[in-house]
Amino acid sequence: MGVLIFAEATKGNYKKNALEAVYYGSKIANQIGGETVVFTIGDGANAGQFGSYGADKIWFNSNENSSDTQVVSSLIAQAAEKAGATYVVLANTAMGKAIAGRLAIKLDASLVSGVNALPSGNTIQKQVFSGKANATFELKGDKHVITVMGNTLQPEATGNDGIPEEISLSAPEPRIKVLDTKTVEGTVPLPEAELVVSAGRGMKGPENWGIIDELAELIGATTACSRPVADTGWRPHHEHVGQTGIAIRPNLYFAIGISGAIQHLAGVNNSKVIVVINKDPEAPFFKAADYGVLGDLFDVVPKLIESFKKFKAS
Amino acid sequence: MNILVCISKTPETTAKISFSSDNSTFNTDGVQYIMNPYDEWYALVRAIELKEKHGGKVIAINVGTADNDIIIRKALAIGADEAVRINGEASSSYFVAKQIAEYAKSNAIDITFLGKETINYNGSEVGAMVSELLDQPYISYASSMEFDGTSATINRDIEGGVEVIQVSKPFVISAAKGLAEQRIPNMKGIMMAKRKPLNVVEPVACDDKVTISEYSLPPGKTEVKMIDPDNMDELVRLLHEESKVI
Repeated sequence: MGVLIFAEATKGNYKKNALEAVYYGSKIANQIGGETVVFTIGDGANAGQFGSYGADKIWFNSNENSSDTQVVSSLIAQAAEKAGATYVVLANTAMGKAIAGRLAIKLDASLVSGVNALPSGNTIQKQVFSGKANATFELKGDKHVITVMGNTLQPEATGNDGIPEEISLSAPEPRIKVLDTKTVEGTVPLPEAELVVSAGRGMKGPENWGIIDELAELIGATTACSRPVADTGWRPHHEHVGQTGIAIRPNLYFAIGISGAIQHLAGVNNSKVIVVINKDPEAPFFKAADYGVLGDLFDVVPKLIESFKKFKAS
Repeated sequence: MNILVCISKTPETTAKISFSSDNSTFNTDGVQYIMNPYDEWYALVRAIELKEKHGGKVIAINVGTADNDIIIRKALAIGADEAVRINGEASSSYFVAKQIAEYAKSNAIDITFLGKETINYNGSEVGAMVSELLDQPYISYASSMEFDGTSATINRDIEGGVEVIQVSKPFVISAAKGLAEQRIPNMKGIMMAKRKPLNVVEPVACDDKVTISEYSLPPGKTEVKMIDPDNMDELVRLLHEESKVI
């Protein structure tokens, strides 16, 4: 009995989602009285830190085909068998979800992706209807695969680092060849962002985005936008949050010049704190907001930037 | 070339979400259903484009009851050549994946398309399960795809970037925004759809490994606190001291 967590490495490093998955997995292990085993692909160089997030054991296996879900799911399945895992936990990333379904079939396990709370007995909760509701899933059988949403638990480093140990596994031949990887450097990807500054049609045109970028940079936030803004090409599609874009749950979401259509709200209404800046008192977004500012964004946002500058200087 | 497109039925995006009085089932009263946008806008259209270029046929597959036929006809109107409905309640992603994989196995499918996720369960589970059941490569969150008849070069969205990969058929691919441009069915397509075959097949036996026992709405927001637009210092103070997010 135990919990195996797959920690996804990006060029040998681990993002916050990996720490969260490990921390979350260790909490399940506490519940069921089992061991927390972390498995990662690579040389294990930066994997020692998982010890302080609750890992009892840290295993690594070198393989160059970490983008091939057939290879990765095979390795994880072997590690899960070796650990005698009752639960296998992955971060709810694009890759995590692509692997989880395969793993569930391989291990003959139940699968719930995108959970947003710890399990309670044999039930677990996840967000459904793009964030408009939660559903409680009952898990059957004796093995379960889970992918955990970002910002579900805040990971806390408590104990000491662990010592990664290499394990030998057999890998199938890869059938996918990676030609290139293009990453946007410097900014936190939206699903992981704790602070998000988002803007909509109220901006009037792409040339006015300077104040949004400035505000985001000042507070270390990631920028986002509404669907009409992405559809008209004012902003790139990967910034589109909402029901048909990305669903996010940051600690703080600034909605600037976004009216708050139901499809947009669905993607952001699980944010901890929502600030709405809009000049239309009838904007539906105010009903979903914690703080509202009724005013012209072209006056309000520069003032807000000045206030944040003062705050940071104090 | 045989191209399979998995289509799912979802409540339309503005549907009011409510549940039965014991919160055990989704309240379908007055809810309009649509084809899942990722399936319709991107997966189905890219499949039709491939057929137009390379020949073969596009088969739309849905797991569900006869109520779903209207959605399946829309897929035919947009340009699928034929459709199959597996006549069973889509009770879990495993059940659905199992049915699709069974059909794909016995119909020599070269490429299986799906949307990246449904907008009601947001699980992204079925594609990965189908590919494992078929022992085929799986490329999820594809935002562009070039295909030469045998192998495909695909851009897939990953956290904070894009990965460019190459894969040979057969494979399973899930569609994200950008893979194709939405097509609106025209009158000719709608008329032709009525004459295209919609085969109904009984499901294979399969036990669900999860069931939904309860739904709940997220906790309601407290009343919005309005801040004077000339006093942004106050907003910053509240974010720092009251809600402690800055």
